[in-house]
Amino acid sequence: MSLLTIRNLNLSIHNAPILSGVSLHIEPGEIVAVTGESGSGKSMTALAVMQLLPGGSQVSGQIELGDLDVLNAGEDILCGMRGNDVGMVFQEPMTALNPVKTIGDQVAETILIHDAMDRAAAMVRARDVLHRVGLPEDRFPLTRYPHELSGGQRQRVVIAMAIALRPKLLIADEPTTALDVTTQAQILELLKGLVREFGMGMLMITHDLAVVADMADRITVMRHGEVVEAGPTQDLLANMQHPYTKMLFEASGHQVTLPEPPPPAPLLEVRNVVRTYRLPRTALFRPPEHFRAVRDVSLVINRGERVGLVGESGCGKSTLTRAILGLEEVQAGEILLDGEPVFSGQRPNLNVRRKMQVVFQDPFGSFNPRHRVDRLITEPYYLLDNPPTGPARRDAIAEALTAVGLKPDDGQKYIHEFSGGQRQRIAIARALIIRPEMILFDEAVSALDVSVRAQVLDLLADLCRAYNLTYLFISHDLSVVRTVTDRVLVMQAGEIVEQGVTEQVFTTPAHPYTRELIAAAPVLPDLKRAV
Amino acid sequence: MVRYALKRLISLVISLAVASLIIFFVIEIAPGDPASFMLGINAQPDTVAALREELGLDTSKVQRYLNWIGGMLSGDFGTSYTYRTPVAQMITDRLSVSLPLAIYGLLLSTLIGIPAGIFAATRRGRAGDMAVMGATQLGVAVPNFWFAMMLVLLFAIRLGWFGAGGFPGWAKGFWVCIHALTLPAICLALPQAAILARVMRSSLLDVLGEDFMRTARAKGLTLRQAVWRHGVRNAFIPVLTIIGLQIAFLLAGAIIIEQVFYLPGLGRLIFQSINARDLIVVESVVMLLVFSVILVNFLVDLAYAAVDPRLRSRE
Repeated sequence: MSLLTIRNLNLSIHNAPILSGVSLHIEPGEIVAVTGESGSGKSMTALAVMQLLPGGSQVSGQIELGDLDVLNAGEDILCGMRGNDVGMVFQEPMTALNPVKTIGDQVAETILIHDAMDRAAAMVRARDVLHRVGLPEDRFPLTRYPHELSGGQRQRVVIAMAIALRPKLLIADEPTTALDVTTQAQILELLKGLVREFGMGMLMITHDLAVVADMADRITVMRHGEVVEAGPTQDLLANMQHPYTKMLFEASGHQVTLPEPPPPAPLLEVRNVVRTYRLPRTALFRPPEHFRAVRDVSLVINRGERVGLVGESGCGKSTLTRAILGLEEVQAGEILLDGEPVFSGQRPNLNVRRKMQVVFQDPFGSFNPRHRVDRLITEPYYLLDNPPTGPARRDAIAEALTAVGLKPDDGQKYIHEFSGGQRQRIAIARALIIRPEMILFDEAVSALDVSVRAQVLDLLADLCRAYNLTYLFISHDLSVVRTVTDRVLVMQAGEIVEQGVTEQVFTTPAHPYTRELIAAAPVLPDLKRAV
Repeated sequence: MVRYALKRLISLVISLAVASLIIFFVIEIAPGDPASFMLGINAQPDTVAALREELGLDTSKVQRYLNWIGGMLSGDFGTSYTYRTPVAQMITDRLSVSLPLAIYGLLLSTLIGIPAGIFAATRRGRAGDMAVMGATQLGVAVPNFWFAMMLVLLFAIRLGWFGAGGFPGWAKGFWVCIHALTLPAICLALPQAAILARVMRSSLLDVLGEDFMRTARAKGLTLRQAVWRHGVRNAFIPVLTIIGLQIAFLLAGAIIIEQVFYLPGLGRLIFQSINARDLIVVESVVMLLVFSVILVNFLVDLAYAAVDPRLRSRE
């Protein structure tokens, strides 16, 4: 008998169809990945197994966990199942733990709630489990609170809670999406080890095909609430049938061709920049300590050059970006754009500001929802002495929108009428409209689905050809940086540890940290070779 | 934790010092000198001179401020001009009514408001939620003196369960006094309970949507267990702020309720001494109220740290 069998599962929430006819099964000791883009219903499938669906859900079909009929079980039986037979790990480790309880209490709660043992024994088991997931007692006593741990450490605590009672099935919903690549590699390794050690079955929900290919025994591809293709990983990769599956894989490894950059002529010069933050005082009569977020960084970006900046969270990427934008004062060194300093105190130097624009990560949070698109994208006009008016302004709006693949009429719409990918196009239009000398892309494609991301990358390549763009592309996603940049900078602990021509750095990394980063990044299997 | 408490304590002392300066100098810069202000425009010059001497107005301002502070620290609040009794004695008498009334009111409002808020939040959009929300709407909108009159009409006049007002004094026994304070405490508590219920409800609803609540359910907790073990304590953090603000109001803001029920409380003392232009009493009572507000804030800060470990380690 299978460990988990889902047959013909249908789900609607407030009468909107979410899943239709979903079937899959998991055997003990097997890792089954469900993949697809946002809105494909993969997370809802997982929540349906746990019966933790949002209010207004109507389910039909069959979910069997061993001999338990999940859809017809009472709430008390389901509570006995959750945590005991099925453990679950969630996407966002920063918020998945209760901030006011210790990690020991939270792990032991899984054990105590199922009356598996008395409190003293439960604490011993909690200790063991935390040790097993890589949080040894000497450094991580049970009395730690979640806010004292990093994201990766918190995810280990969540995993410890999920496996404390050795469940038969572990559901992991995007368990590493919010983590850095090196942490991701460690967590995936941990999950694989646990499955092997305990003989659990694992249902892994992820949008990242490289992770899927690396981890799963079998793959189920979903789109719009339906399973489009399923099969053993190697077979499915070697012999993709459905066009959507093919498209997903193509988009995940999407490559673009950039035009040749012009001969080097410096545009942005960063010289020996240091940015420190004052830490809160630890003692009344001792001077406060300082945290050096950016340490003696120097770099040059030439006109027409596309430069990548990679590194893990906390490495100083964002601080450096803000300093380059002139939003923060630096303690030492200088940042010059076209020979002029970018930071000019409280009163920004418009002459510099108008030469630089930025596109942020979150396409949902970076627009004022009460303004129309034409007003949103003409915001940089405030930086100009004589912004175009009347017909010239309309033409500029139409040109910017057309350049990013939208229609001039879209200027009359509000931002909520657009999808995430379209919003990111609008953000690029806003950056382009005053023809800046340089654009900063701060994780600009990280929140997008792979197919949308591929389109935006194509757009970038087109714009490079049409406008000779110069940009700094900040990202944690190495595969994207590899394809859209000419040169790459690797940052670690506030310092640039390696820089060079992108292809060269990726093929023959010189610094150990760069090697570590590249080794940790999951890679798509070479499909041509598989065929 | 000790460090956090010490920091708060230092800021408490600084707030008190600043507040005392403001109170003292506001009264100093009021037009005319305090003696002629207290006696009114028809006073005889020699009466004014006598009062000036009694108040020590001949000495410098700094000297008078230090005398005032020093006196208060040693329990000497001066002598009321109108009543000719020590202010400290008057305040103690009034506090013996106001303080129990405030505590009683706070207990009632918390005991009604918090469970009502939790009840409503866990039944969001259903009949129970609507009923609680309707009741709190009423509780916030209806003035408490009207409640007071209705309660008197029903429980004192028609049913005869309670007296219509007055306070027998603690010498008559504990339960007699609690009985006498019950109707006023209910009137004070109801609007506060309504506010607490609303804050608790919205705060708990926010927490119910948090990821860690889903984690708790995934561990096998029932909805009720998840709410009580993980929801309530997190939701309580904003509610603490409101409770802190309410204590100050309950202590000094009961003037109208004290008036309706003929209670000799602190609110009425302020009211009477302002009418009588008895600045000595006003100054001291205001300082006392400021002190209690700042003290309550200090306690609320400590309570925050007790509830939320993130605050403890940040300091």
